[in-house]
Amino acid sequence: MSPAKARVPAIEGWFTLDDASPALLGSKCTSCGTFAFPKETYLCRNPACRSMAFDEVELSRTGTVWSYTAAGYQPPKPYVSADPFVPFPIAAVELATEQMVVLGQVVADVDVEDLRVGVEVELVLDTLYEDDEHEYLVWKWRPTTTSATTPEEAPGA
Amino acid sequence: MPDDKRVAVLGAGMHPWGKWGRNFVEYGLAAAGDALDDAGIAWTDVQYVSGADTIRNGYPGFVAGATFAQALGWSGARVSSSYAACASGAQAVSNARAQILAGLCDVALVVGADTTPKGFFAPVGGDRRDDPDWLRFHLLGATNPTYFALYARRRMELFGATEEDFAAVKVKNARHGLENPNARYRKEVTAEEVLASPMVADPLRLLEICATSDGGAALVLTSLEFARRHAGTDDLVTIDAVSTVTPRFPQTVIEMPNFSTDSAATSSAPGPTFKQSVALAAYEEAGIGPEDVDLAEVYDLSSALELDWYEDIGLCKQGEAERLLRDGDTTVGGRVPVNPSGGLSCFGEAIPAQAIAQVCELVWQLRGRATGRQVEGATVGITANQGLFGHGSSVIVSR
Repeated sequence: MSPAKARVPAIEGWFTLDDASPALLGSKCTSCGTFAFPKETYLCRNPACRSMAFDEVELSRTGTVWSYTAAGYQPPKPYVSADPFVPFPIAAVELATEQMVVLGQVVADVDVEDLRVGVEVELVLDTLYEDDEHEYLVWKWRPTTTSATTPEEAPGA
Repeated sequence: MPDDKRVAVLGAGMHPWGKWGRNFVEYGLAAAGDALDDAGIAWTDVQYVSGADTIRNGYPGFVAGATFAQALGWSGARVSSSYAACASGAQAVSNARAQILAGLCDVALVVGADTTPKGFFAPVGGDRRDDPDWLRFHLLGATNPTYFALYARRRMELFGATEEDFAAVKVKNARHGLENPNARYRKEVTAEEVLASPMVADPLRLLEICATSDGGAALVLTSLEFARRHAGTDDLVTIDAVSTVTPRFPQTVIEMPNFSTDSAATSSAPGPTFKQSVALAAYEEAGIGPEDVDLAEVYDLSSALELDWYEDIGLCKQGEAERLLRDGDTTVGGRVPVNPSGGLSCFGEAIPAQAIAQVCELVWQLRGRATGRQVEGATVGITANQGLFGHGSSVIVSR
């Protein structure tokens, strides 16, 4: 990998590029306070609220694992896969303030065996794929602890 | 229930599921021909054609109703084409039923068929950064089995489901489908074989995730009055409810192809989950409950997902599906057999045909003609299915 490669987001406007403490960029309805990710730009998703005004907000950088998996087969395009393909973990993470679950890959050095429902994770930036000039960045989850907490009573399991 | 909410199923037909590599229209025509023969109705007497669309076969797939009508020979019948991903077939049934119940026609033909590529379903091509279905593949590498696996893992951690339980679902369904002439896979498998198959989306293995198939299914639906006159009997198989509900805000379970759930920060989640609401709406419409059901055909996209459905259609409480399975309740011969056809496990997904095929199986079961997999004495059955982007699909059939 050339150190001169430009680091660019794999998608514009979905997360901050602050390497030390990156955050997903969501929207918060200025009327009812409902969060959305990716950002809502037109009409609030809350059917009881017809607001069309939103603030861009940084979502919680930490959350707890709602569930997790690992991709054992190479996903089809438009996924840009490493060659040869290396299995990677994916987690669905509950954010407490926003009360929503957000998907993300889990950093590659985490084994799926080490994940549990309830594990605390934090958001990091990592390489999704590269070409000759660019390193394309995406958000991923990384466990902050190794011990699992007991999941609460199944909310909408 | 009152006659003015029921339509008769006079005919059911399928083209066998497989990997035939032919044009999807052929499968639809074969299924339609079988359904019309079964009903004893001529194509030219069909007043309404309701097609379920496929998005993988070009323009003819987007206008499936007209495609089948033209291929059957233009007859002037009225037409509609429906797309709702895996729930497309239920929407096609719903359209035909609504036309009949509104008194706008007496005889409708519902057809769905597909030809599928090999491997994972991929999004529609191009560089489409405003399409969440495209983006979830690009940014996450999240295939459909990724989502199935998230649900499966959660069952294991919350309810103590095991990999052996998931394998047992596959073993059961493989046995159910052995003698189904329309099933693609008719081979018994052992739990050991399932658990030795490659891991696709941890904890789900290759033999636990449904394949993509070619196939077709069709129904002839009519008004009760027409059916009584035509068949000369009151002993009819009828559709008593069709649920095509969408989720309620906030939808707090992650669903394909989304990156996140709705936020429940400002509105509390509705009581039933989306999948629960799919069947609840059908039960309410039919005026019955889960205790009245003799059998069910549910969308086993994965072995583990079948267990979720046991709970979501009310066969047992949350967390009890594994016990139901282990006790043999959902095996043919048990209290309430699930997927006696063999399910997607034996068929694989032919998307627009699948919800129609579920109804075909219930019809054959209620007529007592499901050779080799018959649920004895069945009089009420339910289907359950879900199409991505929030399409509920549940049909209640009775005799």
